[in-house]
Amino acid sequence: MHPASSVIIFNTFSGLGFGLLFWLGMGALVPTGMSAFIWFAIAYLLAVGGLIASTFHLGHPERAIKAFSQWKTSWLSREGICAVFALLAMALYGAGLVFAETRLGLIGFIGGIASLGVVFTTSMIYAQMKTVPRWRHWTTPAMYMLLSVGGGALLSGQVRIAAVLLIAGGILQIFAWASGDTRFKTSGTNMETATGLGHIGKVRAFEPPHTGTNYLMREFIHQVGRKHADQLRIITIGLAFVLPVVLLLLPFSHMLAALAVLCHIAGVLTLRWLFFAQAEHVVGLYYGKR
Amino acid sequence: MTQLPPPSAKKLGLVIDLDTCVGCHACVVSCKGWNTENYGAPLSDQEAYGANPSGTFLNRVHSFEVQPDQGEAQLIHFPKSCLHCEDAPCVTVCPTGASYKRAEDGIVLVNESDCIGCGLCAWACPYGARELDAKEGVMKKCTLCVDRIYNENLPEEDRQPACVRTCPAGARHFGDLGDADSDVSKLVAERGGFDLMPEQGTKPVNKYLPPRPKDEMPEFDILAPYLEPIASDGKGFVGWLDKALSSLPGGAK
Repeated sequence: MHPASSVIIFNTFSGLGFGLLFWLGMGALVPTGMSAFIWFAIAYLLAVGGLIASTFHLGHPERAIKAFSQWKTSWLSREGICAVFALLAMALYGAGLVFAETRLGLIGFIGGIASLGVVFTTSMIYAQMKTVPRWRHWTTPAMYMLLSVGGGALLSGQVRIAAVLLIAGGILQIFAWASGDTRFKTSGTNMETATGLGHIGKVRAFEPPHTGTNYLMREFIHQVGRKHADQLRIITIGLAFVLPVVLLLLPFSHMLAALAVLCHIAGVLTLRWLFFAQAEHVVGLYYGKR
Repeated sequence: MTQLPPPSAKKLGLVIDLDTCVGCHACVVSCKGWNTENYGAPLSDQEAYGANPSGTFLNRVHSFEVQPDQGEAQLIHFPKSCLHCEDAPCVTVCPTGASYKRAEDGIVLVNESDCIGCGLCAWACPYGARELDAKEGVMKKCTLCVDRIYNENLPEEDRQPACVRTCPAGARHFGDLGDADSDVSKLVAERGGFDLMPEQGTKPVNKYLPPRPKDEMPEFDILAPYLEPIASDGKGFVGWLDKALSSLPGGAK
């Protein structure tokens, strides 16, 4: 799949932002006044900034309002509704803390759960795709949620929880990669089922429909950079999980904490790039490519 | 709404005969022509005459080589467009309701004025039947020429999809696959029509007819003995020539 930068930025930063909103809503930290304003501003910049970035890949972003209508079947629609609900609830909760120094606990709890709901609905957009066997697995939503709450814990300075969640995230990511590597092969879709010609013999793509490229090949067949996947996986594990945990376990300083956050963000950006670049869509079979 | 309607009794679709298709791409051209000039946004091209031409097409013809365990390889031309699936995954993922399946005849369409161009329907389609138009920013797909098949302004023989009307080999057939007595349904039953990627669970309406088995060539050996190549261990004049040439300096042994 084509790793669109707008979608990678959205997945990374909105995930962090909603993770931070989750911990704020749950009352893991209860800032008030100016300090609360800064915490909520950071969370909203990340969450909303990512959502705005995600609209850049749309053909007609001006019609985005229509995307709230099909929640009965569409995970993208559910994500939109969940995001607006979470952001409104958390704005109310934040306003209580900033302006009235009052903690509206129930609203915070609902907003926190809804923030996690946004991350879950996002992950299901990918996990539902039968056409991309690597994504169609429980590890996709599990990894999205774990990264979001882990990153949120790291941002909000909860050293012990963050360390535990990041270690768990690293282990789950390694499992997700290992199990995902064979999923296309075991999905049952291959050149023979794609063409229905398997009863005659071995099928090979002989000539593509056009000499040039097309939308399908640009969007679904991404081979550049896959050859570096092994190195990028090691870099991802190092930056997103190992380094931040090591930095957290060192004696606390604000510099080290900031470095841990930056490392984590760089690692998650790499992880998301791999998430798309390594995912193979079955339509590539018609082109004899993956 | 992007909820799928209950299965319609009428299932309009195509039957494509892989035995007959000669790979001329006439269906590709007529499809692009009709659908650029008629319903919806035109099918744009980028750099049509440049170094890297690319464009939107609703129908593309692939060519595959199939190698049986024994015997010659076969070349099979393979036209591919929207299969108007009964369980169309492209419809249910649409966040705006722009993608829909018609309850009356099962045709899958896009309401272009509602499409935000998110591309999710193209992700959900295993067949590559949907292409986002680079100029218009909306999703384009085969309409089964819905603006021809019911069009009473056209002569009756033209009320079929442009690709079917134009196919010089008669490899494309249009009809109601929900009606077991229709010509297309009979053709599918007779020739063993099949689904593409049945394991994806999309239940395509369009069917493909397999290539017929190749005829076995009978062996003629009336002339064969006279056409046999010269044996390498030649006798007589040829044998002498072989030895003589080999003994020359630099001669092949």
